[in-house]
Amino acid sequence: MASLFDIFWSFLKIGAFTFGGGYAMIPLIEAEMIQKRGWLTREEFINQLTIAQSVPGPIALNTAVFVGYKTRGAKGALAALVGVVIPSFVIILLIALYFTDFKDNPTVAAAFKGMRPAVVALIAAPIINMARGMSWWKIAVALGAAVVIWLLGVSPIAFIIIGALVGIGWSFRSEGATKDKGKEGER
Amino acid sequence: MIYLQLFLSYLKIGFFGFGGGYAMISLIYNEIVVQHGWLTAAEMADVAAISQMTPGPIAINCATYVGYSVTGTALGSLVATLAVCLPSLTLMMLATKFYLKLHNNKHFAGAMEGMKPMMIGLILSSALMLFGPETFIDWKSWLIFGACFVASVKRVNPILLIVLSAVAGIALY
Repeated sequence: MASLFDIFWSFLKIGAFTFGGGYAMIPLIEAEMIQKRGWLTREEFINQLTIAQSVPGPIALNTAVFVGYKTRGAKGALAALVGVVIPSFVIILLIALYFTDFKDNPTVAAAFKGMRPAVVALIAAPIINMARGMSWWKIAVALGAAVVIWLLGVSPIAFIIIGALVGIGWSFRSEGATKDKGKEGER
Repeated sequence: MIYLQLFLSYLKIGFFGFGGGYAMISLIYNEIVVQHGWLTAAEMADVAAISQMTPGPIAINCATYVGYSVTGTALGSLVATLAVCLPSLTLMMLATKFYLKLHNNKHFAGAMEGMKPMMIGLILSSALMLFGPETFIDWKSWLIFGACFVASVKRVNPILLIVLSAVAGIALY
């Protein structure tokens, strides 16, 4: 079983190396939670991302709360949340206190020029892994949604709700077609 | 009093911020610059730049920075950061509980399955938004992007990639 400190430490690492927002965290979570610790399966991770996007709040925080809660309940959620927040909090506070001209430092600016395209790659690459094994029409829907959100600035929430409704409709339809394996273990 | 206002503002940002950091920046802008006038538009642009250049969730970085600039104390940072975390903590815990109860339910699984392509599309759209001239300044940026993309698909450790790209940036620019 995961100790609270392990959860805290894993998320501290993730918080310290996530540049460019929540989505850039995806490969870090994969490496740490799925491959190294085995706290999540790949399927759970994708479900988790879907939920994190449907609930308000930063995706990084929502992900931390999900993994923490799943492994160790409310205490685990808190440990993960504190872990992911601390690097941000400390670094920003130091910058605000002592290095307000941080962003004009030429070395920082150069490092950041190197990191920006890397972050885009870290956001884009997991999409390839997630789309593996998906049917072509689901990939087409994903591409369509991406282009519409990107070009027209439509709220992503509408797409998530439509997706959920279509999915539920589909589950009723297939229920009629094949009487399935029975309700295992659920109330 | 300022602390209470700060707390309420960031609570609001946490509650209504869907779709992650970049989507939240406009909400933060509206609350901090337009509604309260705590920062000027130029200062807010600096905060956004610093938030993106430092590790961690953009919303947290921004809350910590604005909390300090508005009050001049670390307590202000703490109050704003706490406020922006609270909605995530409570709502996401509820959602997780709900998910763990229901994930074997056929219709719930159907909803998740339907949301999945949308979720992937959403991530793709935010990757597309980052394909701007300020990220891709020359062929060297494309080289770094290409190398990191291939390495990341092959599951090379992302922390290593971030560190190497920073070193490459310092060496190349």
